[in-house]
Amino acid sequence: MSFEEKTTWVTALVSVLVTAWYVAVVAGRMGGAPVAEIAYQTPLLIAIGATIVMTIAGAIATAIVTAIGGAITAELTGEGSAEDATRDVGRTDERDKDINRRGELIGYYISSGCAVGVLALAMLRYDQFWIANALYLSFALGTIVASVAKIVIYRRGF
Amino acid sequence: MVKPTRVENSIRALRFNAGEMTQAELADRVHVTRQTIIAVEQGRYSPSLEMAFQIAKVFRVPLDAVFHYPGEES
Repeated sequence: MSFEEKTTWVTALVSVLVTAWYVAVVAGRMGGAPVAEIAYQTPLLIAIGATIVMTIAGAIATAIVTAIGGAITAELTGEGSAEDATRDVGRTDERDKDINRRGELIGYYISSGCAVGVLALAMLRYDQFWIANALYLSFALGTIVASVAKIVIYRRGF
Repeated sequence: MVKPTRVENSIRALRFNAGEMTQAELADRVHVTRQTIIAVEQGRYSPSLEMAFQIAKVFRVPLDAVFHYPGEES
């Protein structure tokens, strides 16, 4: 598995976990209260910040684990050198860029499609709670779908 | 599994003939990841024209000695 594919897995996992956490927190605060009174702002900002920080931290951790794990495996098995095992860490090539482009395009279609729904909510004068959350979930869904699409393309080829 | 590309190649044979060159060595010389060389060899990825020329250059053979298209006259 290439380094870029590993970081795509990290992005997918972080997006799913953070989105699930946010939905659980906000759903827990709903409980029959008027939506205008639900304090979603802080969890939403935490979710956005956590996604960015955890994705970067995950990529760094992936690089470290790949480098150290690869070197140890090479040493234990005697197959190749530690340098061979860590050579591809951080390396990106034309295939990675192609896959990234295709995956991001699919995610863009999803986000854009959902954004139409957000526009409809605004035009129908739904509460800001619904508009903000629908917009956040549009981006989250776009990111998750883009990551899954990239993983599928990595596995199946194109 | 259906191969996503119809382009076929002889990279595995060429590597063997080039002193059993490893996929990692070829990847290094073409400046791509080993996974990309594996994907090209298995027909899961059609490389760019530039990368195709770079691979042919490594083996010092013409492009059509590395890559083939089904149905082409040889």
